[in-house]
Amino acid sequence: MNLKPIYIFSLLCVVFLIYSFTIYLTPAYEDLQKGSNTEAASKGRLVWQKYNCQSCHQLYGLGGYLGPDLTNIFSSPGKDPSYIKAMLKSGTAQMPAFELDKEEWENLLQFLKSTDASGTADPRKFTIQADGMINRQ
Amino acid sequence: MTFKHIHIGKLFLLTSLVMLVTGLLMGILASLNYVIPGHLKEILGFVSLRPMHVTLVMCWILLGASGCVYSALDLMFKTRISSRLALIQWCLWILSIAGILYSYITKQFGGREYWEFNPLYALPIALAWLLFLINFFKVVKGVKDWPVYIWMWMTGIVFFLFTFIENYLWLFPYFREHFTTDMTVQWKVNGSLVGSWNQILYGTSFFLMERISGQKKTGRNQLAFFMYFLGLFNLMFNWGHHIYTLPTESYIRYVGYGVSMTEWIIFIRIVYLWKQNITDIQKHYHHFPYRFIMAADFWVFLNIGQGLLMSIPAINIYTHGTHVTVAHAMGTTIGINSMILFAACFEFLNVKNYNTKILNRFFWFVQLCLLVFWLALNIAGIKKGIWQMSATQIPFAQMMKGLFPWFLVFVISGLFLMIGLSYIAITLIRSTSIIQTKSERPN
Repeated sequence: MNLKPIYIFSLLCVVFLIYSFTIYLTPAYEDLQKGSNTEAASKGRLVWQKYNCQSCHQLYGLGGYLGPDLTNIFSSPGKDPSYIKAMLKSGTAQMPAFELDKEEWENLLQFLKSTDASGTADPRKFTIQADGMINRQ
Repeated sequence: MTFKHIHIGKLFLLTSLVMLVTGLLMGILASLNYVIPGHLKEILGFVSLRPMHVTLVMCWILLGASGCVYSALDLMFKTRISSRLALIQWCLWILSIAGILYSYITKQFGGREYWEFNPLYALPIALAWLLFLINFFKVVKGVKDWPVYIWMWMTGIVFFLFTFIENYLWLFPYFREHFTTDMTVQWKVNGSLVGSWNQILYGTSFFLMERISGQKKTGRNQLAFFMYFLGLFNLMFNWGHHIYTLPTESYIRYVGYGVSMTEWIIFIRIVYLWKQNITDIQKHYHHFPYRFIMAADFWVFLNIGQGLLMSIPAINIYTHGTHVTVAHAMGTTIGINSMILFAACFEFLNVKNYNTKILNRFFWFVQLCLLVFWLALNIAGIKKGIWQMSATQIPFAQMMKGLFPWFLVFVISGLFLMIGLSYIAITLIRSTSIIQTKSERPN
């Protein structure tokens, strides 16, 4: 049997579209997404983007490499909201100082809080399975 | 002279070379932050320099890929490309790039990683790509029995547009309000976008090999189509290997893992054909486009090998979020994408007016610098990986200080790499013209 490329291409495209829409619709049928669903956190994500925090910092190991991963900064010992605020205001040798207004600050904090609640990004808290996959402890 | 006298393929290729030279300069300025913390912080800073570098080098790849397709189509079907449509496409790109750079200089961000500009500037890019798609189908619509490279170009063009639009789903609150799905879609997009431009560039590589070897069956045999579908399958489903640590559904992680492992076929094939490739290298070595394709093959071998290991979650947990990922990204964009683009530039721009001896030296200089650059990033990444898995972690800033020697090697080799790549790019820019010669004009 000689399969024409167009048939294989079309079949793959159909499977790809089904897969894509399954992912888009995940929140509608799956309630596993902890730490989300707040309007303020959603706006906070925009603050994160507005100041391009991602150029240096990571969330779940995804982002820049100059600064530390901030997924769980909210629950890190000794790094409460006042510490985060002071850090942003003063800057560091590497990081510029940021002037956020009150609303931006509140929203960013909600975003970091919800990100923290979604899970841990610490690779030490994963176990390796026999098939090579990793899972949270 | 009218716009009809402009060689569309050359216009895109020359513009892409200008993007490369400026992008390299931004890259080196950004990388200095690794050895001089806060370098240019008050003027531009890493926060602006990094996106400027990324945007310009992505323009090198995307405009270069467009130039390759137009140049190849021009050689295959001389009169069918709409110059007017292609010129509007080019103008939209220039408009968008100018806006993006302005927004970065003035620190007006708002987008996602790699696309940090205000989403408004994405509109001309999407429109430009739509015009590219229309022009492409206008040219190939009557062609029967497409060779594999036309399939690959079509796939790259269609999927780039789809994925680029998907890239902006975060504008809808529904996605932003569901953090995990939002991050999943973001990395689905990033994986597939790279897969899309790879389709265009690997297609170009097939086209060039057919042209250099003179064997018309290169782009029509079953193995070529098998490799194409394997690439397409990976473009669609392998991106899950970026997000093993994200608390997303486990089927997404398993699909990414399983599909990524199919790339062992490509890796084994490279090893299997090693001897034959050496013979081919000896036969065509004198030809510059071939030499760059040969270099791309070497970097494919190295980066696919690395990518396969990184796609195994048990190994990925050590490399994820480290400079090993940066090494992989740099190794593929410079070693594979840029080498194919240089091969295409030498072939399509029909460059003859250059000093072979000097250019040859720069060719090997670039390969050596890239190898040192790639190794330095990998070593820094492995060291960071060990740190992030250690039970007693020293503070982040202290760990970064410990990586300083490797960052220094990375910056110095990066500087030399910039010089080498810029020399080749400037040689190409100086030796060609976008005005069609008499022999290039359609009758």
